[in-house]
Amino acid sequence: MARVLLFGRLADVAGWRERAYEPTPARLCQLRALICGEDSALGAALEGPGVQAAVDKTLVRGDIALKPGAEVAFLPPMSGG
Amino acid sequence: MIQLRPTPFDPSADMGAFSAGRTQVGAIVSFLGLARGEAAGAEILQLEAYADFTEAAIGGVVERARSRFSLLDAAVIHRVGKIAVGEPIVLVLTAAAHRREAFEACDFLMDYLKSDAPFWKKEFGPDGPRWVEPTPRDLSDLARWG
Repeated sequence: MARVLLFGRLADVAGWRERAYEPTPARLCQLRALICGEDSALGAALEGPGVQAAVDKTLVRGDIALKPGAEVAFLPPMSGG
Repeated sequence: MIQLRPTPFDPSADMGAFSAGRTQVGAIVSFLGLARGEAAGAEILQLEAYADFTEAAIGGVVERARSRFSLLDAAVIHRVGKIAVGEPIVLVLTAAAHRREAFEACDFLMDYLKSDAPFWKKEFGPDGPRWVEPTPRDLSDLARWG
């Protein structure tokens, strides 16, 4: 099972913040395709400018293999302070 | 020290605790950010963080600030959750032997927190909710540090 977390405006686009995908897709690109197949607006938002992905709390660039139980977070542009 | 706090805090208490018992420190600089009320703007803010990831990311930048500015210590206290206008959002404290390093490190840390720290800020104003993203000014402020 992969746990997917959405933050900021991505959660508004999706209408959810956290969802489990069973079984864990082998690669991040397969998870993205799965999400896009369910919700194309969310799929497009995940590819939008400034959106980063973190796998098991580490930022990743491009594609990466996912271990079973992976936590995948999609992070839109950040703003604190 | 890096803390995310879900409830309002008293910055003077944190400042007092941070400065107590120092013998090597000659300068402490503090920056306190408040939730600002715009004339036609947001009445409340909601700040979201990614638990553990956000603290670790801030911790990495605090370590960079420590070595770059010869800091003796630093603290970042950041609110999360619902924040009313006028409440503290962020307190950054930097301690160094001399004031210049403490000023610069505090400035550096705030530029990072505004544009590159894992927080997501939503404003609830009269025109409805809006996600806040870094302004061009925020990004150019951050770029000053290379």
